[in-house]
Amino acid sequence: MIADAPRQAPARRHLLDTEGLARAELERLLDLAVEMRAARDTRTHRSLLERETLGLAFYEASTRTRVSFELAGRALGATVVDLSVAGSSAGKGESLVDTLRTLERTGVSVLVLRHAGSGAAHLAARTTGMHVVNAGDGLHGHPTQALLDALTLREQLDGLEGRVIAIVGDVAHSRVARSNIHALLALGATVRLGGPRPWIAGFDGRTGIEIAGTIEDALDGVDAVMTLRVQLERSAGAGIPSLGEYTRSWRLDEERMRHAAPDAPVLHPGPTNEGIEITAELANGPRSLIGRQVENGVPVRMAVLAAVTGAA
Amino acid sequence: MNPARFGQAGDPPTSFVVRRVRVIDPNDGTDAVRDLAVLDGHIADPARTRGSEEEIDGDGLVVAPGFCDLHVHLREPGDGGAETIASGARAAARGGFTTICAMPNTTPPLDEPARIRWVLERARGASCRVRVIGSVTVGRAGEQLAELASMADAGAVAFSDDGASIPDARLTRAALAYLRGVGRPLVEHAEEPSLAAGSVMRAGPTAARLGLRGWPVSAELTVIERDIALVAETGAALHVTHLSTAAGLDAIRRARARGLPVTCDVTPHHLALSDEWVGGSRRFSWEEPTGEAAPDPDTAYDGSCRVNPPLASRADALALLDGLRDGVIDAIATDHAPHPPERKLVPFDDAAPGMIGLETALSLGLAAVETGRLELLRLVAALSIRPAEIIGERRSLAIGEPADLVMFDPAARWTVDRDELASDASNTPLAGMELPGVVHLTVADGRITYRR
Repeated sequence: MIADAPRQAPARRHLLDTEGLARAELERLLDLAVEMRAARDTRTHRSLLERETLGLAFYEASTRTRVSFELAGRALGATVVDLSVAGSSAGKGESLVDTLRTLERTGVSVLVLRHAGSGAAHLAARTTGMHVVNAGDGLHGHPTQALLDALTLREQLDGLEGRVIAIVGDVAHSRVARSNIHALLALGATVRLGGPRPWIAGFDGRTGIEIAGTIEDALDGVDAVMTLRVQLERSAGAGIPSLGEYTRSWRLDEERMRHAAPDAPVLHPGPTNEGIEITAELANGPRSLIGRQVENGVPVRMAVLAAVTGAA
Repeated sequence: MNPARFGQAGDPPTSFVVRRVRVIDPNDGTDAVRDLAVLDGHIADPARTRGSEEEIDGDGLVVAPGFCDLHVHLREPGDGGAETIASGARAAARGGFTTICAMPNTTPPLDEPARIRWVLERARGASCRVRVIGSVTVGRAGEQLAELASMADAGAVAFSDDGASIPDARLTRAALAYLRGVGRPLVEHAEEPSLAAGSVMRAGPTAARLGLRGWPVSAELTVIERDIALVAETGAALHVTHLSTAAGLDAIRRARARGLPVTCDVTPHHLALSDEWVGGSRRFSWEEPTGEAAPDPDTAYDGSCRVNPPLASRADALALLDGLRDGVIDAIATDHAPHPPERKLVPFDDAAPGMIGLETALSLGLAAVETGRLELLRLVAALSIRPAEIIGERRSLAIGEPADLVMFDPAARWTVDRDELASDASNTPLAGMELPGVVHLTVADGRITYRR
């Protein structure tokens, strides 16, 4: 039997999630992001997307993700239009599909969509001809966040093969965690999930995933820790007795980080609730990669926009 | 779809002779190739025909008693759009059904005798018999019993608050106690609202992967267990509709072993489809999964896969198929639930629950038969005589009986084409798929209601 010849991964028209992306595709996107980071300084790619019109359709509040997509689009020369939901027809009962089809007719070629419904980006890809980049869909996925986390970790840890990364918090209701799990596993890492049992339910038994019942077990020997934002407005209905109990059991602090590998870094998708899922000391201390995550946001999104449009 | 292919009640009784057709009649276990004659709307002795009747070549075809669907939604009375009684009845005739039972969750709900009569009046001349299931509670609000005896007198064959369970256990007990006297079954949509709230698909690995909130098995099981306890106390007949869990099936199996009057049905989509369809799979429950793949944008999160109860896990779908084969599950009922496209072409969380099923029920059943997991005789019984018995109808292919039958080609293939469906709606994830089983002829009460 003849082994398949190595071949270039097929170009993708959309980025709907990290699930299904092969390691080679992920590495290529991360390499492209590194290239974009340099190009942003030298301004060498500023006409790469000059034929494209980027539509930012954010149906949920966002600052850093929306702004970084806007800057990424502009850095590559795209026209950027911002569909702010308040005051647009999206707020007037028009269906999502109708709104997106209107955007397409007005000339938007690349849609960046954030929506409260899981699968909204898939729906957009199925019902319009635009390139679709998922900027967060419900509880499902947030692939550009996972890519910038992967880039940050890859550079800090000098690769992800064989590394053990802990994700701590409400994994079940986190699109960031879900996309990170796919990306980290594909890049060769082991993922250890920690949190109150209802928050890590549903992931057992998957190859490469470990489940930890205490913060000490979750952190034991890990190469890096990612903690998730606690949705304060949702904690009452999220299956835990109280925020105080969560903080006592699961908050990341310097003391608990001693269980991890020496100098193991800490990541957080932001914005942080300091004192709740992470102490201010840790979030602002030498282990914290939170600033680097934000810095990597624009180049990663430049890479994604260039990749889905076939420009790079 | 060409309306000329559909007949209706009031048409003249038909006569024809089918030569060498496979006749299946579960009443006496008949499964034999022979001639079958219909004279003036009644089954006749093929040796004693007049000779002037139309002759049909029955080679490769099956004749079975007409199908009876215990669970359809016809959307009348209502704000209209997705279906009418007339279009739903045509879809039924095309699917081989000669009786359909309309659920009462219309606008307004069918909770008083005048509304039962209104539907029955409006269904006169439709392409199949339409029976009505009345609401158990006033306004389907789950607070006060509706006038069940009066609705039974007006023609209601059973009672249900379908779309929801009656959340209050004491009221459910009162309904069962009263219905024992009325002599009609309670048809239960088993779903504990506090456990199911906010959930849009079956809990499990696929839901976890897709970031969709999961409906636990306990949502169905707790209501079934509660109702069985109430049946044991009241002696009333309970029919659990659209059973979707192996655990619920086990509970019913145990109740029947105790001799309790509990029957149940399963939908074709809870047998043949699975929760993996929400993630984009289009493989039947009995097919081996291809392994984990990223959700396909063309099929994942398709609102047409949103149903209530949600599509089962593969293991549960196969357990339900076993339950159908061994007879614990009496009937196949479609839960035909038409919706307009704008209620389905939305994010999955927002999609209206339900899919159409009248025109694909036989085909999904035959697909199961082709795997060897189900006998054709048993499939026919579950589509025809068993559900008919539950609402007090009978079906027979014996000489002298009124002709109420379906003739179909079990091996022929057809492709589900949204534009070719007799239903006004097309919300089904089966669109575009090739399925076995083509209905050639449906005869209800001696009249041709559909002819291919």
